[in-house]
Amino acid sequence: MTEPYIAITIIWAFLFIYAIAGSIDFGAGFWAMYYTRKDNTEASVIANRYLSPSWEVTNVFLVLLVVALVGFFPGAASYLGTLMIMPFSLVLILLTIRGTFMIYAYSSKKYSRMLTIISGTTGLFIPALLVATLPIAIGGFMSIGEGRDYLLFDQIFSSPTLYTHVGFGLSTELFLSALLLADYSREAKSEATYLVYRRNALWLGPVTLLFAVAATITLLPEAGWMVDNMASVWYLFALSLVAFLIGYGAMFMKSNRENLGRPRLAVIMIVIQFGLASFGYGFSHMPYILYPDLTIQDAFTDPAMFRWLLVGYGVGMALLIPAFIVFWRLFMKDKRYLQAEK
Amino acid sequence: MDEVLLARMLFGSSMAFHIIFATLGVGITLMIFIAEIIRAIKKDDHYGVMAKRWTKGFAVLLGVAIPSGTIVGVMLSLLWPGYMEIVGRVIALPFQVEIFAFFLEAVFMSIYVYAADRLTNTMRIISVGLVALGATASAVLITDAHAWMNTPAGFDVVDGAITNVRPWDAVFNPSVGVTVLHVVSTAYMAGAFVIGSVAAFKLLKKNISSNEKAYHRKGLMIALIVGATMSLYTAVNGHDTAKMLYEYLPVKLAAAEGLFETQDNAPLAIFGIPDPERGEVVGGIEIPGMLSWLASGSTDGVVQGLNDFPEEYWPPLFVHTLFNVMVGIGFTLLGLSFAALFWRYVWPRKDFPKWILLLLVTGGPLAMIGIETGWIFSCTGRQPWTIYGVQLTADAATESGNLGFLFFLFVTLYATLLVLTALVLKFYFGRNPVSNDLQKADV
Ligand code: HDD
Ligand code: HEM
Ligand code: HEM
Repeated sequence: MTEPYIAITIIWAFLFIYAIAGSIDFGAGFWAMYYTRKDNTEASVIANRYLSPSWEVTNVFLVLLVVALVGFFPGAASYLGTLMIMPFSLVLILLTIRGTFMIYAYSSKKYSRMLTIISGTTGLFIPALLVATLPIAIGGFMSIGEGRDYLLFDQIFSSPTLYTHVGFGLSTELFLSALLLADYSREAKSEATYLVYRRNALWLGPVTLLFAVAATITLLPEAGWMVDNMASVWYLFALSLVAFLIGYGAMFMKSNRENLGRPRLAVIMIVIQFGLASFGYGFSHMPYILYPDLTIQDAFTDPAMFRWLLVGYGVGMALLIPAFIVFWRLFMKDKRYLQAEK
Repeated sequence: MDEVLLARMLFGSSMAFHIIFATLGVGITLMIFIAEIIRAIKKDDHYGVMAKRWTKGFAVLLGVAIPSGTIVGVMLSLLWPGYMEIVGRVIALPFQVEIFAFFLEAVFMSIYVYAADRLTNTMRIISVGLVALGATASAVLITDAHAWMNTPAGFDVVDGAITNVRPWDAVFNPSVGVTVLHVVSTAYMAGAFVIGSVAAFKLLKKNISSNEKAYHRKGLMIALIVGATMSLYTAVNGHDTAKMLYEYLPVKLAAAEGLFETQDNAPLAIFGIPDPERGEVVGGIEIPGMLSWLASGSTDGVVQGLNDFPEEYWPPLFVHTLFNVMVGIGFTLLGLSFAALFWRYVWPRKDFPKWILLLLVTGGPLAMIGIETGWIFSCTGRQPWTIYGVQLTADAATESGNLGFLFFLFVTLYATLLVLTALVLKFYFGRNPVSNDLQKADV
C-alpha cells in the first residue's frame, strides 16, 4: 500500500469511529428528549446516563477527524473548506447549540425541559447534514474553475439523492442509538427500558436498510464513475447484508433474561455491517477525494510529516487506551453507576 | 465589504469568544487541583466544598469551550485554506498531539465528575490533576502553532513550493519557549483572579454567616497566592517575550511601542496615540532610554523603528494601545495581589476592609481584558502576515463569498451564549448557595 492509501485508510477508520459514536451520541440526545416528554422517564434517564460522561469524548473524535484530514491531506482540507463553508458552518452552529444547551439543561432544573428540547432537536439534524455532504463529494454539484469555486445549491436541492441521504443519516442515527441503548438498558438491568428501545430498533432497522438502498440507487446516476468500483467489491456489500441480517435477527434470539433478544451481539454485528459497507463505499471512492478534481495523491502531505504523524498517532493511542479502558469500566460496566437511583 | 477583512473579523471574534472559556478552563482546573490537595493535607472540608463548586462552574464553562473550540478548529480550514495547506505540511504535529490532550481532559473530567463517589481520595486527586494537565497541554500545544506563525521554521520555500520539511524544527521554533510560558502563566493568573473576584464579592455581602465568611476567605487566599506568584512570573517572562520580538519581529515591537525612527537610547512610550504624520507618539508619557534598555539590556541598544519597513508591512498602529493595556494590567494585578497579601500577612495583618475587597473584585475582569488585548495584539500585530515573512493574510484567506452573512450568524450566536451562560451560572449558584453545600458537607 502506498503512503496516501495508508493515510486515507486511517482517515476512513476515524470517520467510521465518529460515524458510529456520533450517531449514538446525537441519537441518545434525541431519545433523552423524546422520552422526557412522554413521561417515560426511565428511558430518558438511561439515555442521559449514557450521554453525560460520553459526549465530550465523542466530540473529540470529530476534532480528531478534522485534524487528521489537515495533517494527512492538507490540500483536501483547504479545498473542502472553501467549497463546503456553508454546510459546515451550519453544522458548527447546530453543534454549538446542541452542546451548550445540553449543559445548560443539566444546570438549571427549572428550564431543563425547554433546553433539552432545543438540544435534542438540533442534535438530531447534525448527522443528517453531515451525511448530506457525501453526495456533494461525488460530483456534479460544484462549479469549479470560473474564478471562484462554489456549490450549485439549486441542483443539490432538486436532486433526490440529497433527500435519500438525509433520510439515511436520520434513520441510521436513531437505529444505532436505539440498539445501543437497548444493550445499555440491559446492562443496567432495566428490562422495561430494554423493551422500549428494542421496539424502536425493530422498526428502524428495516427503514435504515431501505434508505441505504435508496441512497445508493439515487446516487448512481450522479456517480457513474463509482459503479464499476462498487461492482468489483460486491462481496463487501454482500457480507454487510449478511451481518445486518444476523444483527437484526439477534434481537429475536433467546436470551437468559426474561425477554427475547441479544442486544450485545446485535450491536456488534450492526457495527460490523456498517464498517463493511462504509469500507466498500470508501474503496469505490478512490482515488478521488472530490471527483473529478482532487485525488488523494494531489492532496497528500509532506512524506516527512506523514511519518511523524503516524508515530504520533501510535504513541498517543497507546498512552490513551488505558484511560479509555478505565472510562469504559466506570460508565459502561459498573453496576453502581448503571443502576444508581435518580 | 472586503472579503479578507470579513474573514479576519469572523475569525477574530470567534477566537475572542473561545479564549474566554478556554483560558478559564486552563486556570480554574489548576485552582481545583490545588483545592483538592489542600483538602487532603489539611483535612478541611471547606476545601472539598470549594473544589466541588468550582468544578460545577468549570463544567458549564467547558460546555462552551468545547463547541467553540470545535468552531475555531474547523473555521481555520474554512476561512484560511491557504494557511492550512502549509500547516498540514509543516506544523501538523502540535495540532495532532493536542487531540490527545483533549482526550485526556475530557475522559478524566467525566471520571472526576460522574464517578467521584466511586473513587478513592488519591484517585480523585490524580483524575483532577490529569484534567489540569490536559487543559494546560492544550494551551501549550496550540500556542506552539501560534508561536510558529510568528517565527516560522522547519521548511524551505523553493519557487513557492514547500520543501525540505523538518517537523521537529517547526515544533521547536525559536519563540515557542517564551511564548508558551507566557500564555500558561497568564492563563493561571486569569483563573486565580476570576476566582478571587467572586470570593471578594461574596465577602462584601452584609449578612453572611461566619462559617461562610471563613469559607470565602480561604478561597480568596488561594487565589491571591496563585495570582501573585503568576503575576510576578508573567512580568519577568513578559520582558523576555518583548526581547523575543526585538530579535525576531522588530516591526511588531516598533508598532507596539509606536517607535518610528530607528535609534539607540529609544524611549518607552506609555499610552498616547502613534501619529505617522509626525512620526511620534502623541499625548503619552515617555521614559527616555527605557525601550532600548528593556529590549536589549542596555540604553545603547539600537531599536528598529517603523520607518525601516515599507508602510505596507506595518501592522495597524492601534496595537500600541492594546499592548499598553496588557502591560498596564500586568503591573496593576501584580501590585494589587502583593499589596493584599502584605496587608493580610505582614502589616497590619488584618481582615480586608471594604475598599480592598472592592479592588479585588476588579481583578478577574481585568485579567480577562489582559488576555483579550494580549491575544488581539499578538495576532493583529503580525498583520499583514499570517505566517510572518512567508504568507500574507490576503493569500491565506478563503475565496468563497457569503462571509457577511456568516459573520452576522456567528456573532449573534456568541452574544446569545455569553448571556445565557452568565444566566445559567447565576441561576445555578443562586439556587444552590454555599450555605446549602456547607450544611450538606456538615462543616
Ligand atoms: C493576563 C493577561 C496578560 C498580562 C497581565 C500580560 N500579558 Fe503579555 N500576553 C498575554 C497576556 C498577558 C497573552 C494573551 O497570553 C499573549 C497573547 C499572545 C501570546 O503569546 O500571549 C501576550 C503576548 C505578549 C507579547 C507578544 C508576543 C507575541 O506577539 O508573540 C508581549 C511582548 C507580551 N505579552 C509582554 C507582556 C509584558 C511585558 C507584560 C507585563 C507584565 C505582559 N505581557 C502582561
Ligand atoms: C491559546 C489559546 C487557546 C487555549 C488556551 C485553548 C485551550 C482550550 C481548552 C482548555 C479547551 C477544552 C479542552 C477539552 O477538554 O476538550 C479547548 C477546546 C478546543 N480548542 Fe482551544 N485553545 C486555544 C486556542 C485554540 C485555537 C486557535 C484553536 C484552533 C485551531 C483551538 C481549537 C480547539 C478545539 C478544536 C477544541 C475542542 C476540543 C474538544 O472537542 O474537546 N483552540 N481549547
Ligand atoms: C486565543 C486567542 C486569540 C485571539 C483573541 C486571536 C485573535 C485574532 C484576531 C483578532 C485575528 C485577526 C487579525 C487581524 O486580521 O487583524 C486573528 C487572526 C488569526 N489568528 Fe489569532 N487569535 C488568537 C489565538 C490564535 C492562535 C492560538 C492561533 C494559532 C493556532 C491563531 C491563528 C490565527 C490565524 C491563522 C489568523 C488568520 C490570519 C491572520 O489574520 O493572520 N490565533 N486572530
